[in-house]
Amino acid sequence: MKVAEKTARTLEEAIEACLNELGVKRDQVSIEVLDEPGKKGLFGLFGSRLAKVKVSYQDDPGSLACEFLTNLTRAMSVTADFEVFRRAEHVTINITGTDLGILIGRRGDTLESIQFLTNLAVSKMISDKTRIIIDVEGYRKRREETLVKLAKRLADKVKKTGNRIILEPMSPQERRIIHTALQNEWRISTFSEGEEPHRRVVISLKRHNKDVS
Amino acid sequence: MKEVVEVLAKALVDQPDQVIVAQHTTEKTVHIQLSVAPEDMGKVIGKQGKIANAIRSIVKAAAVKDGRRVIVDIDQ
Repeated sequence: MKVAEKTARTLEEAIEACLNELGVKRDQVSIEVLDEPGKKGLFGLFGSRLAKVKVSYQDDPGSLACEFLTNLTRAMSVTADFEVFRRAEHVTINITGTDLGILIGRRGDTLESIQFLTNLAVSKMISDKTRIIIDVEGYRKRREETLVKLAKRLADKVKKTGNRIILEPMSPQERRIIHTALQNEWRISTFSEGEEPHRRVVISLKRHNKDVS
Repeated sequence: MKEVVEVLAKALVDQPDQVIVAQHTTEKTVHIQLSVAPEDMGKVIGKQGKIANAIRSIVKAAAVKDGRRVIVDIDQ
């Protein structure tokens, strides 16, 4: 965080001076008034107090993340652009370009690593705890759709055969997509077993001997 | 390959100026040695090597085109 403190005749002038010093725009900063320019003293005899403000500038996680990713992709000899979507509780960065397969890796392994390190690097620079989600060419969205379809298909199979199905190991986020996709299937129950990073989702029939009232 | 480790390490440690990365390339492997300030060791290794493994997985991805095996070692 960068801070500037200035004194001037009016509040506006003081704020302006701070913004100039920090080289940022007004909507990027928080302003704290330390001293209001007082009304003229009695008969103007006591002169007027000066305006004093403190302006602090918080780097935003989105741009810091982009900076980090720009350096990283350059080092990896990948040409990429970044789209930043700022939301209330998280920032999503979509990396676009050609031949970005290497940024995703097998089942998104590389993408997970990049996201993990970006979050670490950014949280080191600012106190802000905004979560950063990184996507490459809409990979996460496509993967989610694939997983939901897979979950539904396997659930049907379990209903038909009555046998449980154990999926391959997945990350917590991916397992959650499966659980969520099947939570309204009343004949099906899902749970995870095994230890990270080999935890797997199991899809099975609900036991019938338990009466649900 | 070296640059990737350097960018990542410098972004994670408290003393980026003490990050030194050496690279030794042979026919089949690229051996990268990362050294950081002793206080920063934890920052590049992480709980159960989580950070170190993330660094490795990104470097490996970058090395796919190259075709060589990459080994990343961390020492003080």
